[in-house]
Amino acid sequence: MPRRGAARVRSYLPAYHLEAPRDLSDALERMAREPGVWQPFAGGTDLMVLLEAGKLAHRDFLSIWNIPELSGIEIAGEYAFLGALTTYTEIRGHSALAREFLLLCRAAAETGGMATQNRGTIGGNIANASPAADTPPALVVYDAELELVSAKGSRWVPYRGFHSGYKEMDLGSDELIRRVRLPRVKAGWKQYYRKVGTRRAQAISKVCFAGAALVESGRIKDVRIALGSVAPTVLRAHETEKILRGEELAQPALELAQNVLGREIAPIDDMRSTARYRLRVAQNLLAEFLEVVAAG
Amino acid sequence: MKQTRIIGTSVPRKEGRAKVTGRAQYVDDIALPGMIHGATVRNSVARGRILGIHFEGEIPWKEFTIVTAKDIPGKNCIALLIEDQPCLADGVVNHPEEPVVLLAHPDKYLLEEARRAVRIEIEPLPGVFTIDDSLARKQIIWGKDNIFKSFLVEKGDVDSAWASAARIVEGEYETGAQEQLYIEPQGMIAQANAAEGVTVWGSLQCPYYAHKALVGVFGLPMDRIRVVQTETGGGFGGKEEYPSMIACHAALLAWKSGKPVKLIYDRAEDMAATTKRHPSRTRHRTAVAADGKLLAMEIDFTLDGGAYQTLSPVVLSRGTIHAAGPYNCANVRIRSRAVATNAPPHGAFRGFGAPQSVFALERHLDRVAQAIGLEPDEFRRRNFIREGQTLAVSQPVREKVDMPRLMDHAFELSRYREKRRRFDAENSASEIKKGIGFASFLHGAGFTGSGEEHLASEVAAEATREGRVHIMAASTEMGQGTNTIFSQIAAEALGLDPHQIEILQPDTAAVPNSGPTVASRTAMIVGKLVESAAHSLQQKLIQGGFLKPGYPAEDFPEACRRYIQKTGPLEAFIKYEHPTDLHWDDHNYRGDAYGAYAWAVYVAEVSVDTRTAEVRVDDFVAVQEVGKVINPVLAAGQIEGGVAQGIGFALYENVVWHEGRMVNGQMTNYIMPTSMDVPPIRVHFEEIPYARGPAGAKGIGELPLDGTAPAIANAVAHATGREITRLPITAEALLEMLEAHV
Amino acid sequence: MSKRGNKIRVECSVNGRAVALEAYPMARLLDVLREQCGLTGTKEGCGEGECGACSVEIDGTLVNSCLVPVLQVNGAAISTIEGMAHGERLAKIQQAFITHGGAQCGICTPGMILAAANLLARYPNPSEAQIREGLAGNLCRCTGYIKIFESVVAACRAGEPPA
Repeated sequence: MPRRGAARVRSYLPAYHLEAPRDLSDALERMAREPGVWQPFAGGTDLMVLLEAGKLAHRDFLSIWNIPELSGIEIAGEYAFLGALTTYTEIRGHSALAREFLLLCRAAAETGGMATQNRGTIGGNIANASPAADTPPALVVYDAELELVSAKGSRWVPYRGFHSGYKEMDLGSDELIRRVRLPRVKAGWKQYYRKVGTRRAQAISKVCFAGAALVESGRIKDVRIALGSVAPTVLRAHETEKILRGEELAQPALELAQNVLGREIAPIDDMRSTARYRLRVAQNLLAEFLEVVAAG
Repeated sequence: MKQTRIIGTSVPRKEGRAKVTGRAQYVDDIALPGMIHGATVRNSVARGRILGIHFEGEIPWKEFTIVTAKDIPGKNCIALLIEDQPCLADGVVNHPEEPVVLLAHPDKYLLEEARRAVRIEIEPLPGVFTIDDSLARKQIIWGKDNIFKSFLVEKGDVDSAWASAARIVEGEYETGAQEQLYIEPQGMIAQANAAEGVTVWGSLQCPYYAHKALVGVFGLPMDRIRVVQTETGGGFGGKEEYPSMIACHAALLAWKSGKPVKLIYDRAEDMAATTKRHPSRTRHRTAVAADGKLLAMEIDFTLDGGAYQTLSPVVLSRGTIHAAGPYNCANVRIRSRAVATNAPPHGAFRGFGAPQSVFALERHLDRVAQAIGLEPDEFRRRNFIREGQTLAVSQPVREKVDMPRLMDHAFELSRYREKRRRFDAENSASEIKKGIGFASFLHGAGFTGSGEEHLASEVAAEATREGRVHIMAASTEMGQGTNTIFSQIAAEALGLDPHQIEILQPDTAAVPNSGPTVASRTAMIVGKLVESAAHSLQQKLIQGGFLKPGYPAEDFPEACRRYIQKTGPLEAFIKYEHPTDLHWDDHNYRGDAYGAYAWAVYVAEVSVDTRTAEVRVDDFVAVQEVGKVINPVLAAGQIEGGVAQGIGFALYENVVWHEGRMVNGQMTNYIMPTSMDVPPIRVHFEEIPYARGPAGAKGIGELPLDGTAPAIANAVAHATGREITRLPITAEALLEMLEAHV
Repeated sequence: MSKRGNKIRVECSVNGRAVALEAYPMARLLDVLREQCGLTGTKEGCGEGECGACSVEIDGTLVNSCLVPVLQVNGAAISTIEGMAHGERLAKIQQAFITHGGAQCGICTPGMILAAANLLARYPNPSEAQIREGLAGNLCRCTGYIKIFESVVAACRAGEPPA
């Protein structure tokens, strides 16, 4: 039968390997046996784009898409646990998660269209390490921790320092992200998330701002602020937080905080936007965040 | 005009069933036995001399078909208006992504590896990338002076009008490139050999343009070249001239390999290498009297044409003629030029020069109004042209036009005045500023001046023994509804049902040349020929006594059978006849530029978030007078789709250039509107029939691209109080303006 | 140039029929459907998961088939545009797209109809906001979306079920 259609992939497909391990321990064993050879492949929403553009440098992948130990959302006791394979759709559809971790649900809703949300995963979003990723700022605000597993065992690391530089992270070549853990302590905090892109849907962020504040007796008792697209990695605005902690809600030192934020972030010019725009908008979003907090 | 039976009803799309079931055959859905794949190797330097072509890597080159300029049997150029664009670069390159080598192989993946392994060695030469650098002749990159074409339109005596002006207002306006972004990327399949000639199937708007290009490249007689249009997934002008290039490339590979070749662009290649809307720069100088009457308009309109002439003279022509709008002004001078830069040639995109000049005009007139203390709509009302007055090219308006009434209608639907007042009152108290703005404009249908006469379009019709009627025309369906409206027009003329009419697939072996599917001419010009062809068939049957006037539809098949049995084939051939009362002076560029104009007023309502400078269009009203609406659902669909493209042109679609190359050539980074970005779009038609259109219809395809962006820009200017002079209105630029209080 | 890899065998069902596919494991589901199954109704518009012209359903979930490696559909049930009509009887959503002008050039239409059907399966009476959001991953350059919204609304008007 004549071959209909034609693939327009800019990569030499026969050179790529994708295999499905039997289960989690099989996957970890292979990664331990051949360190650096196998990379995990989840929903493919990032890796397949690179393959089609001829930019997927790595060749050998393990499909972890259906591994049960990496899936599922569990809210019990002190933490909410999300398996690394939790999709954006699953995050959005989980009502308990939406109640306590609003910003994560907001972030999931902003990532691509329905089809992307059905296949994109939180683990993939973290491991792809794009500075413009939508969930990391929410994860930072919620003091997320990651469980990393290997054939040797598992360890928990704070998400906060996980990315050491552009596309660099504290993940061994034999390790997988297994779960994300969010302490259930911010339900009473005022929360704010805003992603600024070129259009209303399916947009890569120019600036992304996630913030949460605990208000007590008219003062900001505690605050978390994290931004995307303004640095080589997701950025927690520590210095800005310091300025705001203890401030009176009615009269927070907004201008000072904005100045400090401006010095703390390192936005760049690229084909999507300018450093100046990102800086000014980040500062404006800080003001909007504080208004939201004050309005209750 | 008499009451119509089929015209004016929303007959369902003729090929709708095939489209909603996935059965419609686009070029990439088709395979021929023994077919191999083709790819284009392109240079990456803006300008330079080709020193060598090197085939490197571990590629089994002997398995490949390789074509370069020296393999071209005929002339190495894509014939269009002139012959300056090579089919394959030979010795020099003049823009990034210029095609140099063609490859073909059965294995599509290996072909990609091979494409990467061809190294084109170039000695770079300095390039020119801006209109100013081109005009300054920093380098001469085309002809003697980098100028593809220039026009001068003069009416009255501009120079003496300044002295009597109460105010003189100047302004400069710019628009960027815009990518057509049809969702189906370009592609062709070709079969070519000395015995059978050349046949090409593909995604295109103008089969006879590709035919002409192939004749030139192969040096074969016209009847040995055949071009067939496959179902086409959007064109918008982007598939007017560029497909000729791909057709020639695919055919050359087929010729050399002896096998059918499929050559399909992926999105990245399509964006980087094919045509875009011409970037523009317009300067206005306007004299007004104290009562707001326009005394003089001096306009300087410049287009960036890219590296080769291609269609720039015609784009310039339309932009020039539309530059002074639907206004009555006794003294007008329009100087225009299309200049060369080292970018891939810019080309046709719906509107074709008019969106650029109309943006400048409508923005400028809002500012002129402000300068003399009039509301923008009052200023327009005092200057709207009326029947009997003349346009800038000295064309007397011979049709009934009532722009004030269109404006009233648009304002009523949009609640313009109430919102304008309310927004003015409420904006100071909000971070979100609201604005409402409009554009009033016109769009000429058909080819300019003597263009239709030169095209000499032909349409044929034939009736079968079973009473089915075949319409043969080169006009292509690409979503705008050609097939459906042609069948409606023919059915109306013949007293039949549209199901009895078949529109033949545009195939140069089977249909005459009814001209390209461009210039808003398909309904008005070609549709009229379809109507005439249908009438001609009818007349043969009636005059032969096979049918009585007023016959019922059921009698038609039998009458055809008897006619054919007794007389022979039942056919009609209709050729375009230029109206004798239309006169165009090509030398002085004045006279009857178009047979008919559609007239419109569009209103846009926006919100500007001053924190992020994001602009949202909240509501949109589009009111236009179009002669006759042939199919209400299709016609509204044209306007709605055009408005969405106009929203992209105004706000989102920004081509980022680096030394002549588009660097954001992916859908992730070149932003068109999604379903969440379009406002309610409320479309209303008025009808003043145009005697020479089928059932009175004029052309509407390009109209919405003219008025949408300026209406939005005027609304943003209203919301923010800032001088909006550039498209797209990026958030980055707008934030700077908001902060600078300029 | 790297060494040649092996093709794999994938067993799944497409529009209710069991099929066995042979392809490179990273081959796009889009290409396998078009080339091996001969189902060319699913289209490529961008190759980067932006335009949605390649939308199909895997086990009832809407995905961009240009981003799914064929290995991952082993054992899955895939639905494409070719499976929407019942013989010659169009699904209500398909008929609505014809009647209400939801299809112009038609290249986005298969993906758009899949996305619309998927939306209606989850929300039989969606609000305008839900329709807009549900279709935000399917780009249309011709219609401006307005008649697509009208087609979806028409398809779920009270009476019959959507498909």
